[in-house]
Amino acid sequence: MRLEISGLSKHFEDLAGAAHFALMDIDLVIGQHELVSLVGTSGCGKSTLLRILSGLERPSTGEVRLDGRPIFAPTSDIAMVFQEARLMPWLTVRDNVRLALIGLARDEQDMRIDQALENVGLSNFASALPHHLSGGMAQRTAIARALVRNPAILLLDEPFAALDSFTRHKLQTHLASLWQAGRFTAVLVTHDIEEAAILSDRVIVMRGQPGRIYREFAIDLSRPRGPTAEIQTLREGIAQALDLS
Amino acid sequence: MAVIEQTSSSPRLKAVWRARWSGAPWTGAVLPAAMLIAWSALSTTGVFPAQVAPSPVAVAREIWKLGASGQIFNHIWITTWRVALGFLVGALAATALGALTGYSRRARGYLDPTIQALKAVPSLAWVPLFILWFGIFEVSKILLIAVGVFFPVYLNLMEGVQTVDRKLVEVGKVNNLSSFDLVWRILAPATLPSYFTGLRAGLALGWMFVIAAELMGANRGLGFLMTDGEMTGRPSIIIGALILFAIAGKVTDAILVAVSRRLLYWRDDLASLQRKETT
Repeated sequence: MRLEISGLSKHFEDLAGAAHFALMDIDLVIGQHELVSLVGTSGCGKSTLLRILSGLERPSTGEVRLDGRPIFAPTSDIAMVFQEARLMPWLTVRDNVRLALIGLARDEQDMRIDQALENVGLSNFASALPHHLSGGMAQRTAIARALVRNPAILLLDEPFAALDSFTRHKLQTHLASLWQAGRFTAVLVTHDIEEAAILSDRVIVMRGQPGRIYREFAIDLSRPRGPTAEIQTLREGIAQALDLS
Repeated sequence: MAVIEQTSSSPRLKAVWRARWSGAPWTGAVLPAAMLIAWSALSTTGVFPAQVAPSPVAVAREIWKLGASGQIFNHIWITTWRVALGFLVGALAATALGALTGYSRRARGYLDPTIQALKAVPSLAWVPLFILWFGIFEVSKILLIAVGVFFPVYLNLMEGVQTVDRKLVEVGKVNNLSSFDLVWRILAPATLPSYFTGLRAGLALGWMFVIAAELMGANRGLGFLMTDGEMTGRPSIIIGALILFAIAGKVTDAILVAVSRRLLYWRDDLASLQRKETT
């Protein structure tokens, strides 16, 4: 499915009633089965943009269309993984994943949950409670919960930011293979430039307050990607665009 | 080898020791037992005059006498029944209204100011009105208890719903849960801990108000027993009734705690850590 963002801006009002723009003049088209990263320094509105794509927040002006249909509220075509796993502490791993399948027949749910947990390597932890899971396992449960519905679009808001570097690397590889095996489009918000370079088809660099799209890097390298010289050059280019160097 | 055995057995012993001396069920009995001993000593030595503060033996004898005639069970039963019924009515009303005002901003806007204003009325001030409307028999007693139970349950539930983690609610939203599923699968379980806090506070008030209700006019119940002891100048009956109140309150509270532990098995808090350490 094709995600189109046009003329989008978002502002918040502070307690005194003054408007603060978080996003300004965002135009972006994301095609079927693309993996696009949004990078930017903190406060550039990239998470806000992702929340608007998810339907959790409304744009102030402009609109988001999914295959031509405007998005006003969360829809079942779009799934989201947050920075925190956000599991219900009273539900087992299995029942946390089930939350995404409410309304389906019970056997259908169970079949899909089994598959989703197998995909993220958590079959043995199906009946564990969240407080027995490590951070990486909790985040894998969250990814299973997002993918179990077979969404057209997967939104990821700094999904690996809270993990240690070893786990992060493992989950990045895992996400890449899930994405290659699936048919979904992925939009990844991250502040990890290397993560963006290794995973994405395109890296969108956002800058400023309010945040605007500053540059775009198309990456046409074969997968899986390692820390090669090309990735290294790309990394430096993105860092420069972010004004970090 | 011997050294290893020694270092491994001593922390083990210490753990056993600690388990035995902290958190074991009998630790709660230490203080009452000490008070009982002090009380007996003070009455048998005559520091407490018998007609003012009778000895534990005299109190036990009085309760035994009432028990033998079967009267005491009747009193305990009727009082417990009043509390149970008042608790049920008050908690049900509070659950319905607290869930509504917690969940719906509009309902809160319309209802909560009135409920908060009613809360400001001292609950005992309802007594004359209730007696006038419903007479001095069971209905007014149970309503008074229900009023006492209502407010802590209502407040804790409303507050609990309001303070459910936004992040968990958003998970429900991105997964397209209906309002019913959002309430049933996310808001209700997340609110359960503070709901139980409210229920326990409400139950304690229920026991407080049953006394007020029975003192205002009853011919059965523990409160009646106390007035009777006062009229007939028998302090041992008053003290006996006090002790029975303490036991009944403690037992019903323990039931609530047991139910809440069952339902809140998923909590990863200090109490669950301490339970794990001592078992």
